[in-house]
Amino acid sequence: MLDSTQLAARFRAQAVEMSHEAGAAHLASSLSCIDIVSVLYHSVLRIDPVRPDFDERDRFILSKGHAATALYAALAYRGFLTEDDLKTYGKAGSLLEEHPSPKLPGVEAATGSLGHGLPCGTGMALAAHIRRLNYRCFVLMSDGECNEGSVWEAAMFASAHRLGNLCAFVDFNKWQATGRSCEVLALDPLADKFRSFGWDVREIDGHDHAQILTAAKIAGMQREQPIMVVAHTIKGKGVSFMEDDNNWHYRIPTQEEVQRAKAELGQA
Amino acid sequence: MRNAFADAINELGDSNPDLVLLAGDIGNRLFDSFKGKHPSRFFNCGVAEANMTGVAAGLAASGLRPITYTITPFNTVRCLEQIRLDICYPNLPVIVVGTGAGLSYANLGATHHSMEDIAILRTLPNMHVVCPADAAEVRPAVMDALRLARPTYIRLGKKGEPAVYTSPPSDFRIGRAISLRDGNDVAIVGVGNMVERALRSAEQLASSGVSAQVVNLHTVKPLDDALLTHLFQQRRLVVVMEEHGLAGGAGSAILEWGNLHGLDVRKLLRLAGPDRFLLACGDQERTRAALGLTAEAATRQILARLG
Repeated sequence: MLDSTQLAARFRAQAVEMSHEAGAAHLASSLSCIDIVSVLYHSVLRIDPVRPDFDERDRFILSKGHAATALYAALAYRGFLTEDDLKTYGKAGSLLEEHPSPKLPGVEAATGSLGHGLPCGTGMALAAHIRRLNYRCFVLMSDGECNEGSVWEAAMFASAHRLGNLCAFVDFNKWQATGRSCEVLALDPLADKFRSFGWDVREIDGHDHAQILTAAKIAGMQREQPIMVVAHTIKGKGVSFMEDDNNWHYRIPTQEEVQRAKAELGQA
Repeated sequence: MRNAFADAINELGDSNPDLVLLAGDIGNRLFDSFKGKHPSRFFNCGVAEANMTGVAAGLAASGLRPITYTITPFNTVRCLEQIRLDICYPNLPVIVVGTGAGLSYANLGATHHSMEDIAILRTLPNMHVVCPADAAEVRPAVMDALRLARPTYIRLGKKGEPAVYTSPPSDFRIGRAISLRDGNDVAIVGVGNMVERALRSAEQLASSGVSAQVVNLHTVKPLDDALLTHLFQQRRLVVVMEEHGLAGGAGSAILEWGNLHGLDVRKLLRLAGPDRFLLACGDQERTRAALGLTAEAATRQILARLG
């Protein structure tokens, strides 16, 4: 039985392979959030592959949909997909598209256009209160995504309606597609911004599983504030030659690079 | 029509425990009764329509039946991507209501005009586009949208619309147009608040010896294949009247449909608004007159086409 750290290494290796096999970009964006995804799917989310739509399940929305490979690896781990399904990623006829499809079991929202996950997740969290169900909704965003105005509309609404069962993460890897996220727009101080919108903000090392777990467990129906976990991460984390190198936003690894990466991850 | 909508919601909120109303900081007293009875199912989402739409999607994905409501351009073009991706792509049962459509808010200026919404919304896969003809048709439209449980856009007027129905249509079905008046020479297809004008034009034509059928095309998407086929095969002229631009509205939809089905689209006469923003246009009636969206103008154009 793997722990979440071992799982994360496996997910990383799978993401690297998927990127290469499909010739698909966004690898570094996937790598930076895999620790968060691994902890949630290993230790937090009440979900059931046999009943993917059961009413009181926890919801997870990968709002940064371009990190789809991280989600697919996690869904395969929990049995919503098979390992064979992962091999079809990015291929014609496969439901495992480069951004998550609404048709896939375990995908709560079809993301890929940034800024949609938090409003949708807010609605899902709100539904729990209306229907008097007990579940949490987790939304994983990117830092560049926080450029989108809809994120802040949702932030105002969630706080106004005291959605304590809503827990959002920002995978704060300091880069977006075309440059450092603090240079493209004045993103910093990001934690302060969410705090001023009325959220309970925790800043963590986004690669420390104990910190991720502690933060994720705060969310609950009885709370009065939504939770924002600003997770400081490294883009391309886990593969030494990809870390903090924004070329890997778009770059596809060669077969040789895949082997090197897997060796580093102990997944050769 | 908006009062009729509020009345409908008040009643349907009782019989539909999953119905949730989301308003965009509008409808000040309209929903007081609903709010009073169902406080946990009414949300003023503020002036934040993109979020309102996303929240609606989240609610619908979680077993509820949300309805969003604000002035038409703000609930359509403003949050179009949310409608497209959050609602239509996953095919969720959300009802998007636009109030004050067309030129209902003419004197508020172009920011509040809505002459493109039918065109834009109907291009979205999974979307249904419904334009009730008068206040009496609003409740049946909302009820059927709830029954349908698919993405549905309902386009309302504002207030004071002349009645088309003396009592609400009992057999309202989204996608099934309603023939209101028989006639053999021409067919006038009215959309939304133009249906009443279509009926008056038909009366005027009668006194010129032209027999006009009048159809209430309450659903622009999907179109009523059977009825439209009948019109194109049996009538010399098929006229479409809508308080919407010429580009892409119901008339365009029928033009496309006719071409697709190999019918003679030379028979089609589309009466709609021009390809320009309307400036300093005055109130709704004055603007409609300027655009030829009156019974008299329709009658003149029809007689001219008939030669």
